[in-house]
Parts: sequence; structure tokens; C-alpha cells
Amino acid sequence: MPSLKDLRNRISSVKSTKKITSAMKMVAASRLRKAQEAAESSRPFAERMNRMLGTLAGSVVGLPGAPPLLAGTGSDRRHLIVVVTSNRGLCGALNSNTARNARALIRELQADGKEVKVLCVGRKGRDQLKRDHQNLIIDTIEDFGRRTVTYAEAEAVAERVLDMFDADAFDVCTLIYNRFRSAISQVVTRQQLIPFPVPESANDNEAAADDGPRAIYEFEPSEEDILADLLPLNVKTQIFRAMTENYASEQGARMTAMDNASRNAGEMIDDLTLQYNRTRQAMITKELIEIISGADAL
Amino acid sequence: MADTTEFELVSPDRLLISEPVEMVVVPGVEGDFGVLPRHAPMLSTVRPGVIDIHEGGQVKTRLFVAGGFAEVTEDRCTILAEEALRLDEVTAETARERLQSARDDLAEAEDNPSRARATKAVSVAEALVAAASG
Repeated sequence: MPSLKDLRNRISSVKSTKKITSAMKMVAASRLRKAQEAAESSRPFAERMNRMLGTLAGSVVGLPGAPPLLAGTGSDRRHLIVVVTSNRGLCGALNSNTARNARALIRELQADGKEVKVLCVGRKGRDQLKRDHQNLIIDTIEDFGRRTVTYAEAEAVAERVLDMFDADAFDVCTLIYNRFRSAISQVVTRQQLIPFPVPESANDNEAAADDGPRAIYEFEPSEEDILADLLPLNVKTQIFRAMTENYASEQGARMTAMDNASRNAGEMIDDLTLQYNRTRQAMITKELIEIISGADAL
Repeated sequence: MADTTEFELVSPDRLLISEPVEMVVVPGVEGDFGVLPRHAPMLSTVRPGVIDIHEGGQVKTRLFVAGGFAEVTEDRCTILAEEALRLDEVTAETARERLQSARDDLAEAEDNPSRARATKAVSVAEALVAAASG
């Protein structure tokens, strides 16, 4: 039976933990609103970009001399996996889920005899992956998302990936991140970044649906020139989108995790208080019995 | 009401404008072009410059874009801009400050990729200064 003093100490320590977790919950909730807006407003750009690229890609793909960002390097032996995670912990299973997904992908690819490299965006991903795959991690980028994710930060990551692609360091690039669905639900998503996955229906996508036969575009300057600019921009936007979505997911997951933690701490305080009162009562009773039986003996 | 075309201006972090317009003038890389309803479908690169939205023969809104892409179809004009600003949010002062810091970056740039980035930033800032003071 713990002494009264021990119980008092435990109660006060759980109370201060609860204060911290509920403060973190508040902070995450207020950041979540902003992050969610950011994630949602990054969607229209990415969607229109996809539509435009789909239009273009449909007419260029298969032609000799198509840019490697679109057509690939002609091989799929070397893979780069960009794992987007958060820099900070205490956000539930969010980063573990991403890391688990990344590990599964690495195993799959290695079983097929592919060469795999990993670029970590976010400290937590590196921490979890380095146990098994230390030698695959080329670098970690952790200088982002202090307040929100900015486009410039995403651009820096994209430049890194594009530079490596230009230096012929990999053939296929896959992005793993958490797509934000709601504060309690985040979906780990894999997305192929390079080469650009041409939609099956690129030749008859919805542009055709509204105005009958597919419009024939004029290009100014040439198709190749536009593509050469558009493809790197697409990589940047996709990475930006992944990072904003992941940031929103992080805040959502943290809010949920901290809410649970605060509730658990509250329950624990109730249990401990009950135990404390019982122990105190028991001691008083015991002392009374001692006094009474002492008086009886006289 | 005159004929309109659906105009959208999107930057990576927000949807700036999505509204029907009578005419819009876009700074294409090979010269400015005006988009009216039932324009022939085209894709074009956009250079840093000013987009004018016309209404009733007058310029209604002016927007600055730092380069991007324009997709024009018969009933729609979509601009994907790397960066977009409403011109009334920019003063000549802030534009000049930006040009100055871009030039500083260029002077400090050491390797080729960062020099290329800085050069681009300078040309964007120059276009912004021209737009803000003009």
C-alpha cells in the first residue's frame, strides 16, 4: 500500500501532465484550422495542374524525345522514396503509419531486385527508418514547418529531388505522405512523382466531356518547351501539396492524441484521488481503533 | 449582359480568382494575348507581368503573376501562377525592396543552380517594380 505522501505526489504529477497535454491540444487545434485551410487551398492548383498535364501528356507521350520527367529514363531499377513525416512527435500513430508503409514499399522493391534510396522529409521519419534502413537514407530535410509549410520550403525539397534526377541518381520517384481527411482520420498515400503517371484517359478526359470532340490545342511556344517548364513545376506542386497535407494531418493527429491523453490523465486522477481518500480514511479508522482499544485496556 | 469566359487564377497556396470575365489580357511568353469567349484552345507559358481583367471596355482588375502557365479553352481560361498578387496590395516601395534583396541574393549566389534561381527572382522583381510603378 503506497503511503499518503506517495499518492499525493503522483496525483500532482499526473495533474501537471494533464495541463501540458491539454495545452498541446489547444495549440494543435488552432494550428489545425490554418493548416487545413492551407491544405485545401493547395488542392485546386494541383488538380488543375494535373488536368493541364494530362492534356499535354496525352499528345506527347510515346513520341521519341519526350522529356524523361514524363516518359521515364527507360528503366525502373533505381527507386527514390520521399517519405514525408513530421518534425515533432506526440501525434499518435501518424508517423509510425507512414514509416510502416515506407518499410513495406522498401521490402517489396528490394524483393523485386530494385535499388532503393530514401529521402526523408521530417525528422521523425528518419528516426523510425534508420533502425532498419540506415544505409538507404541519403539525407534528411528537417528545416520546414515551424509555423506552416511555405511554398519556398517545398520548392527546396523539390529542387533537391530534381537535381538528383538530372544527375541520373534514380529512375522512379515515389512520394509517401499522410493525406488529410479529417482531424481523426489521415490516410497514408503513395504517389508516383517521376515519371509523371499519365492517366489512362488522358486522350478523352473531362475537357472533352463538355464540348464534344476533344479540343485541339495550340501551343505557344512549342509543346516540348511548355512541358520542360511544366513538369518541374508539377513536381514542386505535388511535393508542396504532400507537405501541406501532411502538416494538416500532423496537427489533426496531435489534437486527437492529446485529447485522448488528457482524458486518460483525468481518469487516472480520479482513480488516484479515490485511492488517496480510501487510504486516508483507513488510517484514521486504524488510529481510532488503536485509541479505543487502548482506552478499553485501562 | 455580354458574353463571358470563366477565368481562374490559381497559385500553389490559394485560388485567387474564379469568376466570369468579358476579356482578360495575359502576358504570354511570346507577347501579350487577349482572351475573349470562344477563344481557340491553347496552352501558353506566362512570363512575369500583369494580367488585366477588362469589363465594359475598361480595365477592372490588375494582377501580377511571377510566371506560370495559361490554359485557354472556348469557355474557360485557367492560369497556373507560381506566385500571384493583386496589384493594389503591392506598393512601389515593397517592390523595390524585393528587387534589392533579389539582387543581393544574386551577388551572393555561389553555385550554378542558386545563381539561376536568383537570376529568375531578379527578373520577377524587376517585372513587379515595373508593374507597381507603372
